[in-house]
Order: sequence, then C-alpha cells, then structure tokens
Amino acid sequence: MRLLVYLPLLIPALAAVAARPLAARLEPRQGTWLLTAAAAALAGCSTVALALLAALAIAQVPVLADLGDYSQSVIQHHDPTSAVIGAVAAVVLTVAAVAVAVAFRHRARALAESYRRAARLHDDGAVVVQRGVSVEAYALPGWPGRIVVSGRLLEALDEPGRAALLAHERAHLAGRHHLFTTVAHLAAAANPVLLPMARAVDYTVERWADEHAARVTGDRRLVAVTIGRVAMLATPGRLPAATLGMVRAGSRRVSLAWAGPVPRRVAALLGPPPRSRVLLLAAAVLIVLLTGASAVEAAKDLHALLELAQAAH
Amino acid sequence: MQQGPGHPLAEHPEPPRRPSGSLEAEVLAVLRAARTKLTPGQVRERLDARQRGELAYSTVVTIMSRLHDKGLLARERAGRGFAYTPVDDASLAAGQMSRALDGGADHDAVLTRFVSGLSGRDARLLRQLLDAGEGGG
Repeated sequence: MRLLVYLPLLIPALAAVAARPLAARLEPRQGTWLLTAAAAALAGCSTVALALLAALAIAQVPVLADLGDYSQSVIQHHDPTSAVIGAVAAVVLTVAAVAVAVAFRHRARALAESYRRAARLHDDGAVVVQRGVSVEAYALPGWPGRIVVSGRLLEALDEPGRAALLAHERAHLAGRHHLFTTVAHLAAAANPVLLPMARAVDYTVERWADEHAARVTGDRRLVAVTIGRVAMLATPGRLPAATLGMVRAGSRRVSLAWAGPVPRRVAALLGPPPRSRVLLLAAAVLIVLLTGASAVEAAKDLHALLELAQAAH
Repeated sequence: MQQGPGHPLAEHPEPPRRPSGSLEAEVLAVLRAARTKLTPGQVRERLDARQRGELAYSTVVTIMSRLHDKGLLARERAGRGFAYTPVDDASLAAGQMSRALDGGADHDAVLTRFVSGLSGRDARLLRQLLDAGEGGG
C-alpha cells in the first residue's frame, strides 16, 4: 500500500500534461470518449486513494483501535503513514466532496434551465433565429434540443456557410456533447489537477462537431473558413488592416503552441482528416487501467492490514 | 422629468402621467396587434386618442428605440427612420436564455457555442492560417 496508494494521486498530473497533445492528435470522437472516461476514472481513483490514506490515519487513533478490536501498533509498524498525511487527505477529500456537490448543482440547474427554455421554443423547426445585434450561435440542449442562431449571423453567412454552421450545431445536439463536458468538469471538480482534461474535452467536442460538419458539407476548407469568419464577426475591432499585411510578410510557419481553440480548430480542418490512432488510444487506456489497478491493490492492502491487526489483538 | 401636479393656470387639469413602463406595454400591444411593421408615427396614430394628445412623436420614438435596445423589437430602415416589428416569443425566449446564461458563470456548462471569443493573438493566427490555406489551394 505504501507507494501504490500514491500512484493514483500522481497519474492525474501526468494526464493533465498529456491532455492537450492527446486532444490534438486523437480522432475527435474517440478523443472525447477517452478523455471523458479517463477524467472520470482518474477522479475516482484519486478519491479512493485519498480515502485510503485518511482511513489509515483514522485507524491509528487509539480509541478506535480499542473499539474496533484491532492492534493499533501492528498498523503503525506495517504502514507508517503519518497522521499528518492522513489528516491532509481527509481535509482534501472533504473539500473535493463539497466542490463536486456545488459543481453538480450548478450544472444540473443550468441544464434544467436549458431544457425548460428549449421546450418553450415551440418553433416549427429545430433552428430558432434570434433577433438582435449580437453574433451568436449555440446548441441549446433539450428535448428536443434547439439551435439558436442570431439573424445577424445568418445574414453574414452565405448558404454553404450556414449549412456548415447548422451541421456543426446539430452534431452537438445529436451527440449529446453537453453530457461529456459535464462529466469531465465534475471530474475536475473532484480533482482540480484534472482541469486541463476537462478543457481538452471542451475542445474535442468542438472538433467532433467540426468534423461532422466537414463530412456533411463535404468541404473541410468551407468549415474552416466559416469558423474563422464567425469568430472574427463575433470579435469586432480585433483585426486592423495593417495586421493583415504584416502577417503576409511574416513567416509561413504558424505556431499553435499557445493558441486558443479557434485557431487550432481551423488549423485541424485545413489539414488532412483525422485518423484513428489505435496505439495512442491503447497506451492511454493502459495507463488509466494501471491507475485503477493500483487503487484496487492499495485498498486490498489496507483490508489485509486491518485483518492482520485484528488477528494480532 | 418633473412630475408635478397639473399646472394651476392650465385650462383643464392635466391627466396623470403614466409610468414609462405602461407606455412601453401599450406600444408593444399596438405592434403585436398590427401584425406588420410600423413606424413610430403609425404607432402614435394607433395609440388611443386620449393618449395621442399627450404623447409627443419624439416620446414614441424614444420608447420604441428603448424597446429595441431591450431586444423586444426588431427594426429595419424605412426612409429616414425605422420601422419596427415585435420580436416573436420564440426569439425572445432564446434571447433571454443567452442573457440569463451570460449572467451566470456556468453557461459553458450547457451551451456549446460555435466559436469562443478571439484574443488579439488568436485573431492574427487565424488570419495567418486562412491566408496560408488560400496560398496552398
């Protein structure tokens, strides 16, 4: 148990570092499934590990040893996890439980609100045109879900662009993408180290919808250009004409290392279609399984130790 | 705006001023009943006669542009001014939804927006990508 129990606490840090590169390389649908499942599994494993550490510390309290009829000294001898580590684990565990409860409540309310609004939009089709001056397009989860697009945005796009936009939003609704992001963000609430994974899922669901739009319209470049156009419309005053000339004169290499999601999505669409990467997928799954196995082993160790202590008493 | 009692020297007592909220509601009602776009002048004509006397044209224009700012009216150019139509309930609910969610910190929870905002650097990158893509065919 001594070292094994710390593995589920270390792996999430590794996963956090790997999340963005994985999101960029995996086929978006597979990436979404993998990252969401991994975030949930790792959050579960790290919670179990914290619980074990806390339990071990509590087991060393003399009063409890008397009550539970086991030998406290056997436990101390076999597993000198300090009371301090146990106490810290217990505090972190409590904070995590509260954080998950709060995050769950927020998400549940937002979803309920969304369903209520979507139900009220008893329009003929699934697309609701919103009047006003904003440039907006989003999928509103519901039963049925709705696509809300501002009239100004629809006017600004030509017919193929509109088709690409709507195909993208339909993919969000059909794929129930809000469930993936909800699970990933709840995992990140349980273990904040996993936040990059939740962000990666936010990104891969966009990529998933982008690739769907590219398949439907049969034109990857169209989807890329539409995303670019809408992003610029939604961000007025960002592009002085001078920038354009400057960039053209500059180097052709575009570094996406620190770029936000929009340029990365556009770059991905301008490149070749994503292939499924079985090896990468398998490696990631293996690491998550190992983490799970170490959490289970640590739990078994604790159980064995308690039995030993009981027998010795 | 001063809201005193009727001027003592006036020939007839001034009718009590309505709060602007009720005027907004009446203007909206006129537009909903009309089922076609109306200019402020046309709206003023359709408000009931008693009120027409006390309402200046400019007041109607102000009320209607305020309603437009609130997202309750849509408008388009008509001559030198605008003609207005009420925003239908479905669009209204959608507008309220995005506003309500913009107000909360957790709107990302359920709305998957087509694009997020761009930072200045992202905008430059984007331009660079699309220009390079054009060059490559």
